[in-house]
Amino acid sequence: MRQLVVIGNGMVGHRLVEAVLSRDAGTPWHITVLGEEPRPAYDRVALSSYFDGAGEEELRLADLRRHPGVELLLGEPATAIDRAGRTVTTAAGRVLGYDALVLATGSSAFVPPVPGRDLPGCHVYRTIEDLEHITATAQAATGRADAAGVVIGGGLLGLEAANALKLLGMQPHVVEMAPWLMPRQVDEGGGAVLGRLVADTGVACHTAAALTGIEPAPHGGGLRVLLGEPGPDRRSVDAGIVVFSVGVRPRDELARAAGLETGPRGGVAVDSACRTGDPHIYAVGECASAQGTVYGLIAPGNAMAEVAAENIAGGTAVFSGGDTSTKLKLLGVDVASFGDAQGDTDGALEVVLNDAPGGRYAKLVVSDDATTLLGGVLVGDASAYAGLRPLVGRDLPGDPLGLIAPDRGGSGGGAGVAALPDDAQVCSCNAVTKSAIRTAIAEGSTDIPAVKACTRAGTSCGSCVPMLKSLLADSGIEQSSALCEHFDHSRAALVEIVTATGVATFSELIARHGRGRGCDVCKPAVASILASLGGGHILEGEQAALQDTNDHFLANIQRNGTYSVVPRVPGGEITPDRLIAIGEVAREFGLYTKITGAQRIDLLGARVEQLPAVWARLVDAGFESGHAYGKALRTVKSCVGSTWCRYGVQDSVAMAIRLELRYRGLRSPHKLKSAVSGCARECAEARGKDFGVIATERGWNLYVGGNGGFTPRHAELLAGDLDDETLVRYIDRFLMFYIRTADRLQRTAAWIEQLDGGLDHLHAVVVEDGLGIAADLEQAMARHTAGYADEWRGVLEDPEKLARFVSFANAPEAPDPTIAFDVERDQPVPAGPVPLGMPAVPAGAAEPAGALG
Amino acid sequence: MSTPTLPAIPDRSWVAACGSDRLIPERGAAVLLPDGGQVAVFRTYDDVLYAVGNIDPFSGAAVMARGIVGDRAGEPTVASPMLKQVFSLRTGRCLDDPGVGLPIYAVEPREGVVHVCTRPDEAST
Repeated sequence: MRQLVVIGNGMVGHRLVEAVLSRDAGTPWHITVLGEEPRPAYDRVALSSYFDGAGEEELRLADLRRHPGVELLLGEPATAIDRAGRTVTTAAGRVLGYDALVLATGSSAFVPPVPGRDLPGCHVYRTIEDLEHITATAQAATGRADAAGVVIGGGLLGLEAANALKLLGMQPHVVEMAPWLMPRQVDEGGGAVLGRLVADTGVACHTAAALTGIEPAPHGGGLRVLLGEPGPDRRSVDAGIVVFSVGVRPRDELARAAGLETGPRGGVAVDSACRTGDPHIYAVGECASAQGTVYGLIAPGNAMAEVAAENIAGGTAVFSGGDTSTKLKLLGVDVASFGDAQGDTDGALEVVLNDAPGGRYAKLVVSDDATTLLGGVLVGDASAYAGLRPLVGRDLPGDPLGLIAPDRGGSGGGAGVAALPDDAQVCSCNAVTKSAIRTAIAEGSTDIPAVKACTRAGTSCGSCVPMLKSLLADSGIEQSSALCEHFDHSRAALVEIVTATGVATFSELIARHGRGRGCDVCKPAVASILASLGGGHILEGEQAALQDTNDHFLANIQRNGTYSVVPRVPGGEITPDRLIAIGEVAREFGLYTKITGAQRIDLLGARVEQLPAVWARLVDAGFESGHAYGKALRTVKSCVGSTWCRYGVQDSVAMAIRLELRYRGLRSPHKLKSAVSGCARECAEARGKDFGVIATERGWNLYVGGNGGFTPRHAELLAGDLDDETLVRYIDRFLMFYIRTADRLQRTAAWIEQLDGGLDHLHAVVVEDGLGIAADLEQAMARHTAGYADEWRGVLEDPEKLARFVSFANAPEAPDPTIAFDVERDQPVPAGPVPLGMPAVPAGAAEPAGALG
Repeated sequence: MSTPTLPAIPDRSWVAACGSDRLIPERGAAVLLPDGGQVAVFRTYDDVLYAVGNIDPFSGAAVMARGIVGDRAGEPTVASPMLKQVFSLRTGRCLDDPGVGLPIYAVEPREGVVHVCTRPDEAST
């Protein structure tokens, strides 16, 4: 296995590992990640939300340790790179060989060399440890007269830090050397509006102010921040805390020591492939200098991570400069800048809307002939950003003032997606153009999940999803979650209604929450909801009339109107006696017999009136319904596992049987399939199932969201190395969460795709119990398990239900005269004309004798 | 009810399907005609009886009685259990494919027994 070592576990290092894994289904890379910080990667951009009540858990990014091929060494920074020997030495003395090495060491906060910068109470703002120190200092300081906090630096991070101090109960001051806040992102006019909006939030702004020193305050043990040169103009602010947030410096010391070239402003020099001077070493994010530029934003960092991952995987991706467009909400104030925001292009013209009383500033920078959009700044209201950013470098769709003027009839501001040219990028995170999205829609992607799956648009930051919606709407596809003409609600909403109101019948539900009398869409959907919430036998009372024919006759209808019968064979394990019993039933009733793909036996060709007699024999032999007819758990397939197999590491058969017996009869939005493999060779094909379990040396890996069918999908790892009980608990939660929130006929793959946050969100709910509903989900499953009874036994024991299994109301035992069989390969098969949709047999072609018998 | 109060159509005969109480609302029943033909009989929630041919014209299988009963914009319907095409119970016409339809049959209760005419309404054939 090839070795990839990643130095740095910040956001970009994290993204790089995810990007390598996503290109790497067969895990040929073993990835070791070295993190200097004692905790796994977290969302540094959202750091101030730590003070807003977000715990470390909420900031944490998806856990890379879920992937079997990833090793995360935390609190263990790299200390040296030996390029000749291709090894990395860590602080713990470990020596790691590598085939490819990625430097993602990020940057450190820059502290200006002013006197007093090392005094107690001075901090930087970069890591969770920094936040902990800031919190401790702030808590000691609040309540005192000097409960002010000074942030040095009025840029993006400085305003974030000011927000943090505010949330800690301090009076924040911001000191900015430039004449206005966020000078790198916004122009003077925008800066003026921004300054007022920020001041309105209670932050004292000191612009055009130079920090010249910090000294102990004369009274009370705080700090005095000195602004301006000594003399009559010098001002000072007394504060309990000082936070430096003036900028960052690339962490390139390891690379320098290893003799790698660095850029003019520091940072490891990389080429357009994100490769350093050493072909085995890449650098990404804030520690890299790409064509002389060090990017301090997350979007270019992510782009570099994707490029490096592609090239590590043998591709030829190119990083052609980062998009430094930004849209943020700082202290509750919307700020966005994109393209040439400062109007640096020769001859650039500006169109400005400065609504000072309304707290709104918008500027577009256009070419000298006013035909091309070059960039812009939005302060106070950045809703036009999504529509404007893709237009940079392109022809303006109309009067530029019209694009930023308010009251655009609820269009959300900016240029509508209709105004975008076909080659404009709608999703800048994944570089997806408008034409690619339209093509996907034309080729059958008719909803957001399908467009996401097909194009990857909207799968990263999600800000373009509204544009995807309007593209779908423009194509004439109405996005409605209504189940059908009888209910305006989605299936998930109906689950909530039924749960909350306790409505127990379809008639009551449609009378109170729908219209008309229902149809073949809503009736089975409601029947499934009632059944999965514990509605008793599915043919009880009014429920019987809701079921489609398969559920109504507890068998699968076939093309000639006969049914197939599939007894449950848990885990695919069957005794010779039971195998013989099935054979005898098939022989007695003249049924066609076939082994299914799910390790059980299908008996085909039974007429409605034969079903009870067939099942009476099967129940006597110890069988029960296999639910092959239902949107329900079908089967849990298994390999023979460690009992027999020389490679097996766990007893996959016992686990498959346990799972199948636990979830049998569970009604769900679509069919559910599962499998358990006894080792990584995966003979049970578990990753092709809705929930698949694969044995490891230490327990079980749980994969979710796989399916075969029209669009095959591999299941993805949800949690690894679980013991038996934890595995079952996680599956309980996963299945109940799916049943409660999925749409009708939405399999688990599509459901996970459309979950806000996707697999990470699912992980948060199922593994971390982020919504606090895990106990509720487990109880719901416990109710299902306790309430399970074999549906076929229930029919055989109830004359009322049994009476429905007749061919004709006026001739209950008479066989349907339209049903006839031929014999093919010694078994009965439906007779009759070539069915619709099949190629016609050419005249004169050989036809089996008696085909129309 | 004592004697049949049927419209006097001499060339038609009727067959008794089942007791009215055996016909569950919104759930069909198949009826075998003397000539081997089949009719699907339905009772809607508002207690109106309908009868249409039991053979699904799309699949050729005798399964219409096993379809789900409902409505489309107020029109009482049954959906084929085979490929889900929806038919009007009143006119027999397929609402998803106007060129296709089911024959419709006269149906009514007499003395607690549902009776179906053995020949379809001519207009529907």
